[in-house]
Amino acid sequence: MKKTGGEIIWECLKREGVKHIFGYPGGAILPAYDALCKYPEIHHVLVRHEQGAAHMADGYARAGGGVGVAIATSGPGATNLVTGIATAMMDSSPIVCITGQVGSKLIGYDAFQETDITGITLPITKHNYLITRAEDLGPAMREAFWLAKSGRPGPVLIDVTKDAQQASCEFDWDEAEPGHRNCCLAASSAAPQYSDALELINHAKRPVILAGHGILLSGAMHEVRAFAERAQVPVAMTLLGIGSFPASHPLNLGMMGMHGEAWVNTAIQEADLLLALGMRFDDRVTGNLKTYAPMAKKIHIEIDQAEVNKNVKIDVALIGDLRQVLGDLLPRVHAGNREPWLSRIQELKGDSAVRDIQNLPDDGHLYAAHVVNDLWRETGGNAVVVTDVGQHQMWEAQYYKHDQPRTLITSGGLGTMGFALPAAIGAKFARPDAEVWVVAGDGGFQMTMAELATIVQERLDIKVAIINNGYLGMVRQWQEFFYERRYKATPLYSPDFVKLAAAFDLPGAAVRQRAEVVPTIRKAREHRGTYVINFCVEQEDSVFPMVPAGADLHAMIRRPSPLVETAQDL
Amino acid sequence: MTLVVQVENKPGVLNRVASLFRRRGFNIESLTVGHTEKPGVSRMTIVVDTDEAGALRIEANLYKLVHVQRVENVTSTPSVFRDLAMIKVAATPETRAEIMQLTHVFRARIVDVNSESLVIETTGAEDKIDGLVEILRGYGILEMARTGRVAMTRGPRPEASANASGQDDSLEDESVSYSV
Ligand SMILES: Cc1ncc(C[n+]2csc(CCOP(=O)(O)OP(=O)(O)O)c2C)c(N)n1
Ligand SMILES: [Mg+2]
Repeated sequence: MKKTGGEIIWECLKREGVKHIFGYPGGAILPAYDALCKYPEIHHVLVRHEQGAAHMADGYARAGGGVGVAIATSGPGATNLVTGIATAMMDSSPIVCITGQVGSKLIGYDAFQETDITGITLPITKHNYLITRAEDLGPAMREAFWLAKSGRPGPVLIDVTKDAQQASCEFDWDEAEPGHRNCCLAASSAAPQYSDALELINHAKRPVILAGHGILLSGAMHEVRAFAERAQVPVAMTLLGIGSFPASHPLNLGMMGMHGEAWVNTAIQEADLLLALGMRFDDRVTGNLKTYAPMAKKIHIEIDQAEVNKNVKIDVALIGDLRQVLGDLLPRVHAGNREPWLSRIQELKGDSAVRDIQNLPDDGHLYAAHVVNDLWRETGGNAVVVTDVGQHQMWEAQYYKHDQPRTLITSGGLGTMGFALPAAIGAKFARPDAEVWVVAGDGGFQMTMAELATIVQERLDIKVAIINNGYLGMVRQWQEFFYERRYKATPLYSPDFVKLAAAFDLPGAAVRQRAEVVPTIRKAREHRGTYVINFCVEQEDSVFPMVPAGADLHAMIRRPSPLVETAQDL
Repeated sequence: MTLVVQVENKPGVLNRVASLFRRRGFNIESLTVGHTEKPGVSRMTIVVDTDEAGALRIEANLYKLVHVQRVENVTSTPSVFRDLAMIKVAATPETRAEIMQLTHVFRARIVDVNSESLVIETTGAEDKIDGLVEILRGYGILEMARTGRVAMTRGPRPEASANASGQDDSLEDESVSYSV
């Protein structure tokens, strides 16, 4: 079948099962857009900034488990994707980005809107392609999809010259099948490392599972739960691991790391075995490596061998797909009784377990933690929550209890402000029946708020909670703790977000009192369509506990009193 | 550490490999690339200043590049290491004979002669070449070009040691098991 390069792009997307793509047109990608007229089954979402397109593709992938697709023109269109691609790379999110490129004859001549986007994205993609001939497009597209989701997932970019989009060639889907490259090795649960791992697990007195994003990516939730229950091992989660193990499970400890619960970090420091599942010992979770979990043997189950022994010296590593490796281990794990260890953890929780902030008296202040906790109760914990980056992100992680996988979508590795609103749009397309909430700061929301227009144009139903503290709060917190309260460049003017919503023809409300929180959340939920809530919260509130960057994990700055949530008492 | 890396000869592959070293903070001391006996496959010999753990990290990261087929750390494998140098030395009628004699001792060759200079070509292990360079320095080295190290393990090709994934045993740390 003869097809133009432009048609091949859509033909491949259609066959990959792609229904929605996020993009923005321009000269160098016009032939492809023109060919899209012949593919009405593919829905193109016009974004307001290409960064949004990449975040939408990312949100789509994270919420639905498929591959998200973004498309942009050459030059500025392509460079605007960069932050979104880097975000997806750091968080192993499978997206495919397609960019137009100037004609192949013009490459290297600084033609209008020429940018070396394959060069620029080299370190932030799993792989990328510069396609100058229509013939090469089919195989590249197929391989790109395969690469994006195989092994450790990640972003792949395909840069297609204008002439390659215009030229015609024979296209055969089957022939374009990628010759699968080295990525997957033969299983060998008989390997001695399996016995070593089992030996450590079965003899551990104080084990802790460190649950990471890999569990969600591998779909190993069931195996992890079965494993934890059988061996009676408590589970600590990374930020991106939230949802991989039910928050309401008795073995759940909560989040570890910089803003993790004190008892979680203490348990890690006291453990005699860490079982790291699909996580990479990021500096935000380990703190000072020299003093990290000093008594613990470490078992690492991980698909990316480059992560093994990268930050933390590992005793036994099992490289492979988590679901399979755990499945192999499971029958050989002894049913455990770790009563002393579990009661020790219970003891650690002590009064810090008074996280039931609902019962705190209303002192006339509105705290973000209350807002998030009320949101959790009102939505029954069933919403897909997409956060931005900052204090509100940490409060979400602490106070919204996620029982289901893929219900917290957040930029972890890169910490990209501006992620929430566009990622939520992608999530809504992936899961149209889910209740999707954005939880964003006043700073980050303003970075990509133009995507409200996309929401309106697409008639989406996304609830937006802006946690408005009048500051770039997380940075302000650092200034408070480490720079003697010199609040340089962190106080933040914001427009009236309710009026802003009105300008997009969207309803909204501002909330200043604690008593208004629940009624307003209910009103937003009853409204069919997008609703914007401006929660004007306590301005100088801080996230506790906090392990200062690079400090020992057990050296946490604690909430001055477990019953007090605010920096007032600091 | 000396790594021998087989890569698909695709545009930009050298850039991808070099970029990886830069991005991960490793300093390349020398890098040579050339064709191999297989069409479409190039071979790089990379000398990098790092320790065993660093080399393992580099290897694991190299395998993440789509175009990398095989990585071998030959640092402690019995291997032949060679470097080629061309050295242009100032030579007067008085010193020429002496230089030629030294060249002979080092089993190097003279490939160009003129009234003021000589060009000496030599291949060998780097320390041998370093020795020659030291000796010649006294006469005045006008120009020098060295290829950097190329390496090959001794004995038949270690094809068998490459498992299904194309990964060779040298990556296999005792404590690491590979599955699916
Ligand atoms: C694009 C980007 N720029 C800068 C930062 C650094 N940064 C991290 S958190 C933060 C403050 C975020 O402020 P806001 O969105 O109001 O959220 P809050 O912390 O107040 O909840 C900043 C500036 C970042 N993470 N991303
Ligand atoms: Mg703020």
